[in-house]
Amino acid sequence: MFSLTPLESEALMLSLRVGFWAVLGSLPFGLLIAWLLARVNFPGRAIVNGIVHLPLVLPPVVVGYLLLVTLGRNGPVGSLFHDWFGWTFAFTWQGAAIASAVVAFPLMVRSIRLGLDLVDRKLETAARTLGANRFDVFWSVTVPLVLPGILTGSVLAFARSIGEFGATITFVSNIPGQTQTLPLALYSATQAPGGDEAALRIVLVSCILAFAALATSELLARHVQRRLTGGTP
Amino acid sequence: MIDVAITRRRKKFSVEINFSAQDDGITTLFGPSGSGKSTLIDMIAGLLRADSGRIALGDRVLFDSEKGINLPPEQRHLGYVFQDARLFPHMSVRSNLRYGMRRRAASQRRLAEADVVDLLGLEHLLARRPAQLSGGERHRVAIGRALLTSPELLLMDEPLASLDQPRKNEILPFIRRLPGELGMPVIYVSHALEEVIRLSDRVVVLTDGGVRAIGPVEEILSRPDLAPLTGRFWAGALIEARVTAHDETYALTSLTFSGGAFLVPRLEHPVGASVRIRVRSRDVSLALEPPKGSSVLNVIPATVREIVSDDQAQADIVLDAGGSRLLARITRKSVATLDLKEGSSVFAMIKAVSVERPSVERTDTAAQEEPQTHG
Repeated sequence: MFSLTPLESEALMLSLRVGFWAVLGSLPFGLLIAWLLARVNFPGRAIVNGIVHLPLVLPPVVVGYLLLVTLGRNGPVGSLFHDWFGWTFAFTWQGAAIASAVVAFPLMVRSIRLGLDLVDRKLETAARTLGANRFDVFWSVTVPLVLPGILTGSVLAFARSIGEFGATITFVSNIPGQTQTLPLALYSATQAPGGDEAALRIVLVSCILAFAALATSELLARHVQRRLTGGTP
Repeated sequence: MIDVAITRRRKKFSVEINFSAQDDGITTLFGPSGSGKSTLIDMIAGLLRADSGRIALGDRVLFDSEKGINLPPEQRHLGYVFQDARLFPHMSVRSNLRYGMRRRAASQRRLAEADVVDLLGLEHLLARRPAQLSGGERHRVAIGRALLTSPELLLMDEPLASLDQPRKNEILPFIRRLPGELGMPVIYVSHALEEVIRLSDRVVVLTDGGVRAIGPVEEILSRPDLAPLTGRFWAGALIEARVTAHDETYALTSLTFSGGAFLVPRLEHPVGASVRIRVRSRDVSLALEPPKGSSVLNVIPATVREIVSDDQAQADIVLDAGGSRLLARITRKSVATLDLKEGSSVFAMIKAVSVERPSVERTDTAAQEEPQTHG
């Protein structure tokens, strides 16, 4: 009754891959930026904060276009990557992952930063008096305690990546099997005559995916919370 | 030896603190809130930076503004027990205890994990999470965690302030045992006189961001000029004494101290134990001759050292009884009637029942062999 066409399942796998790498790739940066914003009072903090949040308020098409201009084959950054490593981002799934990562980045940073604000800084001070340097304290105390925020941020970023449309289509276009993620496949289906059935299937898959992501995050968050509060019997 | 000479100036609060103290036993930093105790201890730990000055532990310089030395907290090798325990919630008690230990070079570890666990009675808690501990247990774990870094000095910032009296009674004996049993010097911050009396070997009195007085606890507590700080009602002297006999018929215990014999209500401590007893100045009255037909059991010959009075009714008389300080609070009228002067010979009369059991603290190291009694 319900089976995806090869092209649709390819779109599903591509979406998952793009989402996975977008989250994994942006996580270290997200953690670093969130920590800087929450803990260090450096000059230009407001500017960094603004830039990080820009993708949240800019139209995704603008983000996609800016990526195309900078990271495209002839862009200032893209040409360097091409000349040095032979990497091309425009019109590849890697490019789609970058577009998703950029658009989802503010969500990830916000979650981690909220988590950091909840971490009792006195615990970090205590760790210093126990012989841990700043770096050590970060990994042994701060990160474990901010894990719920990291998880929430990752799931939000993943969900946002799966749903990314505007930046993706502008930066890497809509190439079936290459850059056609679920939303792009849905768009194509709605444009094709008699594509209603295909569109319905894609909508269903998208809903299941979103729900699964939410459920996973809820379960993980509960598990982590139990570990922190010591499993009240 | 710990040497401190630091200044720190801020709009709201400035400190200028100079003192040197032996770094054995328990040194308390005592003073009202806002006197600079916590600021001082945080500067020793390296959590706050002094504007100028020097902090040294023996020949190890922790901070020297002139030479540009300011060791970060993790390199000072000082233990710090905070008022709010600050256990890591994501780790078991065992991992909490080992956190600092693992970060200390094996060759530098002087205290064995098993000994500390044993001393603090933590064995049955090791697998638990901090959220599953009671307030008293949490503080014991925090003390153990700091001890296991084998610090050269243990700093304690009002570690008992948030606990109720039974929990305090549970933890105080553990702290008292640290210097003797583990050779761990302690700097203890407190504004509670009771803790000062029960724990201190010496006291640094702080007021308004400066050192007001420093000395052995017996001396500090019997100084009339510090009475406004140590509390008028509780003003009195501490006497180091030894248990010599128990009288079961009348439920009394006899003690000896440098000034002679002393009877108090029956104590649990065995014959030979060293105790510290507190005699409040308002419980001491004076006579020129030993009284006859009196109910007062303790009559101790003494010499008047100093008379402190203002225009109020009472006067504080500092007495010397064979080298021990005693403090008597009598009226100025009595001072005049008895014609008391410096050097007068008097008899200090102290009712045995005025010495209550909670004001007696055992001070020798054999104390841990006794079963613990709580509450």
